Amino acid sequence: MIPPSFEYLRPSTVKEAVALLQQHGDAAKILSGGQSLIPMMKLRIARPEYVIDINRIPGLEYIKEDGGYLAIGGLTREADLESSDLIRTKFPIIHDTAGFIADPQVRNMATVGGNLAHGDPANDHPATMLALGAQIVATGPAGTRTIGIDDFFVSLFTTALKGDEILTEIRIPMPGPHSGGAYFKLERKVGDFATVGVAAQVTLDSGGLCQKAGVGLTNVGGTPIRARKAEDYLKGKKLDDSTIKQAGQLAADESEPSSDLRGPSDYKKAMVMELTRRALGRAGERAGK
Amino acid sequence: MAKQSIQVKVNGTERDATIEPRLLLVHFIREVLGLTGTHIGCDTSNCGACTVLMDGKAVKSCTLFAVQSDGRELLTIEGVAHDGQLHPLQEGFKEEHGLQCGFCTPGMILASYALLGKNPNPTEEQIRWGISGNLCRCTGYQNIVKAVQYAAAKMGK
Repeated sequence: MIPPSFEYLRPSTVKEAVALLQQHGDAAKILSGGQSLIPMMKLRIARPEYVIDINRIPGLEYIKEDGGYLAIGGLTREADLESSDLIRTKFPIIHDTAGFIADPQVRNMATVGGNLAHGDPANDHPATMLALGAQIVATGPAGTRTIGIDDFFVSLFTTALKGDEILTEIRIPMPGPHSGGAYFKLERKVGDFATVGVAAQVTLDSGGLCQKAGVGLTNVGGTPIRARKAEDYLKGKKLDDSTIKQAGQLAADESEPSSDLRGPSDYKKAMVMELTRRALGRAGERAGK
Repeated sequence: MAKQSIQVKVNGTERDATIEPRLLLVHFIREVLGLTGTHIGCDTSNCGACTVLMDGKAVKSCTLFAVQSDGRELLTIEGVAHDGQLHPLQEGFKEEHGLQCGFCTPGMILASYALLGKNPNPTEEQIRWGISGNLCRCTGYQNIVKAVQYAAAKMGK
């Protein structure tokens, strides 16, 4: 499959990249890892006239602790999340998520910024970032602004990023003591989009009761979904079998899957329930350690 | 649309070319450089037949533009053997019957090459994880895993 012709632009700073976006508007697309954009161009679903390759911009690939936050550079590769000790020890939920994305070769190119900015409800990081209460840092002509993750996913393939903004960083509050999270994904095979994915992050109090819970759902609606009823239900409760099962039921009720080649909607709802139960169970175990 | 000049080190040799930006890396490798050991299988980044190493990392060359390789180093299956000596991975695939039709083999070898570069002594599970982006429709993977184990053992000596 041959993609349509385009003009290739390779800025060396974020400022230059933003200026190119301003100049070319909707005719331009940012090339980050390219693992969604290039397949879409090959299928001619996407036909940008200008492709702005940000891969040579220095300083956008990092994973670090920064003033109570985990800061991840927008161009950070999935493979780097997968191999990061900081991620594995402090954010096992992100380690789980990165490992489920596509396959090793794709993860060497694919970026966390691209996974979010693409606005695809079938992508895996959105649910995890919803569960973690992340913030998105966008850089545009006037500088940077921060967008709360709850305001970020607007509709199918549409985010709160403006046409002249680039997602440059993801910021996640460092979890307190007795916190844990997990991501579960049901997929037909390695590399497939989720039939259903569930991200769960919990913080327990000293008595083992759930102080805070975040639950995000992948590929069961027009946008990634935050299961707020399930989250509210969990507060103040012990994460025993009946509680997490009930939370799973609430999350299933909040999901809006459509029937497609990955299964009918009632099956997917049942899988939301089961995966929520498993993700909360694993999150609770990790929080208790 | 403006063509782009690129310079890429391929299997140790500098290559220059002037190409359309839309040219995929796999087409550059096969048609411009004439290195047809890199295969096009699914053309949708599923099968891994087009796997090559870019700056030591395994990538699917059907899902990169050739311009993205400008200034980088590529390793294709043609660059794996040295001085007429098969690489231990190539030897392993031969000795352990890691191929039948051979179509997936270059991609399997490059993905395994990257894996052994990071992890010289992988467990069976880590080998299976390392080649999870490569499809083989002949062998059922058993002998491919054995081939990688053969190479790991030989390289560890």
